[in-house]
Amino acid sequence: MISCILKTQSRFFCAFLLSLVVSFGALAQEGASEQADVATKGVDPGATAGAEASTGDPAVISAGESLFKNNCAVCHSAGSDVIVGPGLQGVTERRSEAWLLKWVKNSQALIQSGDADAVAIYNEFNKQAMPSFAFSDDEIKSILAYISSGQGVTSAPAAGPEGVTAGESVGTEAVGAASAIGGYLDIVLVVLIIVLIVLVVTLLLITSLLKNYLNKNRTLNEYDTEVVNQRFDFSKVYKSKAVRALVLLIFVVVLVDLSIDKVMGIGIQQGYQPKQPIAFSHKLHAGDHQIDCNYCHSTVYKSRSASIPSANICMNCHSQIKTESAEIQKIYKAIERNEPIQWVRIHNLPDLAYFNHSQHTKVGGIECQTCHGPIQEMEVVYQYSPLTMGWCIDCHRETPLNTEGNEYYDKLVELHDASSKGAFTVASNGGTECSKCHY
Amino acid sequence: MQDRIKYWKGIEELENAPEFAKHAHNEFPEFLPVNEVEGGESSSNGKTHRRDFLKLLGFSMAAVSLASCEAPVRKAIPYLNKPVDVEPGTANWYASTFFLNGDYNSILVKTREGRPIKIEPNPSSSLTPLGTSSKAQGSLLGLYDINRLRYPLAAEKEAKWEDVDKQIKSRLANVNGKVAFVSTTIISPSTKKLIDEFGSRFSNFEHVTYDPNSASGLLQANGGVIPGYDFSKANVIVGINADFLGTWVAPVPFAKQYIQTRKLNPDSPAMSRHYQFETMLSLTGSNADVRVPIKPSEEADLVKALYNAITGGGAASGPGASAKALAAAVKELKANNGKALVVSGSNDPGIQAMVKAINSALGAEGSTIDTAAPYYVKQGSDADMIRLVNEMNAGSVGAVFFYNANPVYNHPLSAKIVSGLKKVGLKVSFADRVEETSKLADFITPDSHYLESWNDFEPKKGFLSLAQPAISPIFTTRQMQDSLLVWSDQKTDFYEYIRSNWRSVASGDFNKFWEKAVHDGVLENGTSLLKVKSSTAAASTASVKKIQPSAIEAVLYEKVSIGAGEFSNNPWLQELPDPVSKATWGNYVAMPRQMAEEMSVVQGDVLKVTFANNESIELPALVQPGQAPGTVAIAMGYGRELDTMPVAKGLGANAFPIATVADDVVLYTSGVKLEKTNATSPIAQTQTHHTIMDRIVVQENTLAKYKENPKEVTEYVRLATHEGPAKPATISLWDDYEYKNHHWGMVIDLNSCIGCGACTMSCNVENNIPVVGKAEILNRREMHWMRIDRYYSAREHEEKDYATMEHPADNPSVIFQPMLCQHCNHAPCETVCPVAATMHSSEGLNQMAYNRCVGTRYCANNCPYKVRRFNWFAYANNDKFGFNEPMNNDLGKMVLNPDVTVRARGVMEKCSFCVQRVQLGKLEAKRENRRPKDGEIVTACAQSCPTEAIVFGDMKDPESRISKVLARQQGERAFHVLEELNTQPNVTYLTKIRNLA
Repeated sequence: MISCILKTQSRFFCAFLLSLVVSFGALAQEGASEQADVATKGVDPGATAGAEASTGDPAVISAGESLFKNNCAVCHSAGSDVIVGPGLQGVTERRSEAWLLKWVKNSQALIQSGDADAVAIYNEFNKQAMPSFAFSDDEIKSILAYISSGQGVTSAPAAGPEGVTAGESVGTEAVGAASAIGGYLDIVLVVLIIVLIVLVVTLLLITSLLKNYLNKNRTLNEYDTEVVNQRFDFSKVYKSKAVRALVLLIFVVVLVDLSIDKVMGIGIQQGYQPKQPIAFSHKLHAGDHQIDCNYCHSTVYKSRSASIPSANICMNCHSQIKTESAEIQKIYKAIERNEPIQWVRIHNLPDLAYFNHSQHTKVGGIECQTCHGPIQEMEVVYQYSPLTMGWCIDCHRETPLNTEGNEYYDKLVELHDASSKGAFTVASNGGTECSKCHY
Repeated sequence: MQDRIKYWKGIEELENAPEFAKHAHNEFPEFLPVNEVEGGESSSNGKTHRRDFLKLLGFSMAAVSLASCEAPVRKAIPYLNKPVDVEPGTANWYASTFFLNGDYNSILVKTREGRPIKIEPNPSSSLTPLGTSSKAQGSLLGLYDINRLRYPLAAEKEAKWEDVDKQIKSRLANVNGKVAFVSTTIISPSTKKLIDEFGSRFSNFEHVTYDPNSASGLLQANGGVIPGYDFSKANVIVGINADFLGTWVAPVPFAKQYIQTRKLNPDSPAMSRHYQFETMLSLTGSNADVRVPIKPSEEADLVKALYNAITGGGAASGPGASAKALAAAVKELKANNGKALVVSGSNDPGIQAMVKAINSALGAEGSTIDTAAPYYVKQGSDADMIRLVNEMNAGSVGAVFFYNANPVYNHPLSAKIVSGLKKVGLKVSFADRVEETSKLADFITPDSHYLESWNDFEPKKGFLSLAQPAISPIFTTRQMQDSLLVWSDQKTDFYEYIRSNWRSVASGDFNKFWEKAVHDGVLENGTSLLKVKSSTAAASTASVKKIQPSAIEAVLYEKVSIGAGEFSNNPWLQELPDPVSKATWGNYVAMPRQMAEEMSVVQGDVLKVTFANNESIELPALVQPGQAPGTVAIAMGYGRELDTMPVAKGLGANAFPIATVADDVVLYTSGVKLEKTNATSPIAQTQTHHTIMDRIVVQENTLAKYKENPKEVTEYVRLATHEGPAKPATISLWDDYEYKNHHWGMVIDLNSCIGCGACTMSCNVENNIPVVGKAEILNRREMHWMRIDRYYSAREHEEKDYATMEHPADNPSVIFQPMLCQHCNHAPCETVCPVAATMHSSEGLNQMAYNRCVGTRYCANNCPYKVRRFNWFAYANNDKFGFNEPMNNDLGKMVLNPDVTVRARGVMEKCSFCVQRVQLGKLEAKRENRRPKDGEIVTACAQSCPTEAIVFGDMKDPESRISKVLARQQGERAFHVLEELNTQPNVTYLTKIRNLA
């Protein structure tokens, strides 16, 4: 029992120490993220003065911007840097609009038609074919408007070669910091424990020294002797009924608490962060380079599954970028051997629960981060949410439906507003019924 | 309705047999079944020992502590190079075609991540746009059958394709004598052309076509084709031993046509009248207005009488009991000249010649028979096959190929074929497994499954369709056509071959044309590609074969779901109850009540059946109401003894010896001797598992009455209150639900339901319903969410005919009622569940949460419709249920629907109204910012129904089809089953209307 209390004390102490160390660590990380901020500052497109200078309609430009970022930015910068394809700054002056429309829609057709410019570009960039895009003319024009507005120019460094190195070094530093924190923590703990033991021993020694000195060198009266040679009768304590009852109670409470905790935790893998066969960094791709989630998880807006990208999606960029990296080489090997990459599955919903990504992303308009956490900051992905039914239900109870502009809900909203004052949540549309997820 | 019709589900209920009475009050067997399947010797007394208990306890403790350890690492493996069209989690649909032994269906194949998981009708087809046959639905499982050959066999040993090709080619080069290609009916124009080209290399080549259930006589009488019957144009239909809704010629297109004349349009009520003269109670006979049992030996006389009466104008004097009905039929046929149709299932060319003459005398040609568009679905020539067998025995055949043909099993000359094959130098079979014929072959070069192959079809002149692969071959099989191309040294593959063959029917840019044809699956612009042999042997009305009457005349028939044995190894189809007898897993001797009494046989007694050739088999007896006196009927397709068909092995017996050869024609009847043995073998029928206790469950009335006053055809129960009779729904303890969004409902038209069972099969496939096997069905534990209840009835009070009153079982009327969860608004099951595992949704669905269910079975006890099913066992991953192939091996599991849970042991399950489809349909609408369109969300049963008997939809949408039907039929034909219980079901039935003479 005593040991139990002692343990709790030491736990408190550990917790205290931990919080100290963590706050140090956080300071260190802040330093790192400041660096990252510096590297990514340029990403903020509104920061440039060029925006006002351009004559385009802001709505068109912003439409173009989102198209550009989702589709083009992987291979092209809006500045003058070469990523996979050429930088597009000033492209509207270099080529005619008609030519560009043809090129974007089907570059191969243009090349095959023998267009001199097209063939030259194709050869210049290692005969790397640009995929065809099924854009309408207006969409392409909006992209061109965005490019000529110059808004994207300053974002170039982030996506450009310098950006890559900057981001990468930040990444490794952050990892280093994290692992260093772990290492320090152990050492600090050991040192502290040693210091404490030394302290206790020293204090005990001092007490016994003082006691001996007093007993030998001083004549003490009866009262003082009693004080100095005090004897504590421990048996009284543990024989007391009250103490025993209390101890038992605490024991039972702790035991029950622990077992409930454990049992509730069975099957919950929150924080599960397995080592993946390829050290893919979401921080680098989604965070630093701002690649749209949908680019790789291509079915997230239209299917039940978000889908893990196939190797050919990786190859869209990595046939050109960082081809020497050992991690990228693993993808090449997989393709050569014709063996798919076996990622470790992190989010494991039980078979009895049906979950559909598109329902939440496309219809519900929920951001990926709501459930998956700060994915753009994760070097190694972990399970952010508990994925328990309680967690699902909580959200369904609280979240108002995304009914804006969706004809499906028009009449339902009217009916709901007529009968109730509360928000029109998922649950109030039957979103907590069993058969919505279990069938 | 003063004279209420008495309905009964089987003889045992009619006679209230003690066994039936015992079960009637006891829905679930009393005992717990744990030891029955799992127990060994020690626990045979059904008790758990203390030590066992402790062992279990210890084990469960260990299991619990293990469970708290780290969960196993699961892998997520993406494509290496994702195919453009495949998106994980979304289904792709491919148009294709199913054809086997006459059963033609233009289909859509649903694939998920590249695996075909469901077959649905192709609405682009005008022949089969509404639904499919149960066989087409079940054929999907054949793709994932682990017993298929995975490689070619040479002399029963695994071989490489190159080696086999080399050997076959060299042996073909030195072939001595005739080269024969034996197949069942091929309706693929390109395949036929290819076979002819392949044969042109040999000096003596013949393509012999035979059908296990032959229509040779019909073909002979009609110049080598099947007349283009169009039942939809007929006011009077006379069927003579022709089960055209179940197995005869082209059942799915025929059912669609037939039902057009049977659906009741409330604005101008009219129906065709259907006479059926037949030996056994078939699916078609069950739907007839007037049905007369006849013996096979009386058939010729009956047709002759009809022929004389129609063509000669004399009075019809039919044999025996049929005289009265025949006279009535003749009268009506004559009155409906040009709108009448007579069909016969006989294989006798003489009888068919008379039927042809009758039809032309009735002016059917050009109206109820489309002379320009005959059917090609049966082309087998009995004479050719018999001649080939004789040639083989004479030693003049040098090489023989078998494609979709297993004559050693399903031809009456089996013994002669076996002896003949020994004299043939080269025997090659394209069978997908080692079966009775391919076992004797030198080479088996396994054909790919039809879902893995390219093919084209022409079931009816001018109606072309295509089959495209929905998956690449699972094993190293090769489709027959590609094999032929390799052996004839052609560099092209069969895909290119079809394309070039189709150029002749193309218009405009060929690639565009081809893409559209593949996408639609059908091409119906009237162009024709198929070349059929025109029959040379003309049939004469004078040459009718006289079937000698014998004490017991036996008929051999094809089961609706098993075919001629093609689907013997399909557990889904084995467990699908026969539409009429409701028997599963095996064949039996169907005999009339009178014969059973005379022989003092009760159902399940094993009989020794001795055929004309002195061979004998042993099968249990089944007392079948409606079976003609002095006859028995036995189904083909059973008695498989090979290890390559583990599901079928040991089920029933092979009754093909009933079929006899008479003058180059196979007749599916002969005299047999029956002897009672001491053994008994229970028949697994699903029918007697529930009882109706004289309550109003199913309703019917006559067309005359409907015309008189449509408001009086349905009996509505009213409850007595102090204010007078009231509708049960107006008196309630419970509050009503308010439906704001959707209110799903279903209307089932009993007039349109022919009882074929396609819905049950479709439901099984869609909802991962386990196969439980014969033993468990005998224990009344089938799992089908949807069943078709078949009730017999006799109009005893109306006819005042003492003979029928005495024995209502001799020729009863039949009515089918699809029964599924009624999704009651005031559901009795919901209120008794102690853990709220079943409850009502805001869209009117009665939901079932499997993981909440603790298996008390209160809900099933409290369900008045008996539609809830309890999982007595773990049917998945359980060797004891190895025949449950879709859940017990890795390949079989590929057929499971990934959107539906595989239920565990100890939970209740039931129809969910295909909630996965409802949810997906709503989601698709939401993604496109609109409301769901009517008809977009359909349940599996409604989608597969070949007669559109089931309408599913949103009752909240006033424009939906279901709302309109309900609005129109309210107070007329619409009724709820057991309305007096005030369960307020969301499933509404429409009273069956019969067009009684």
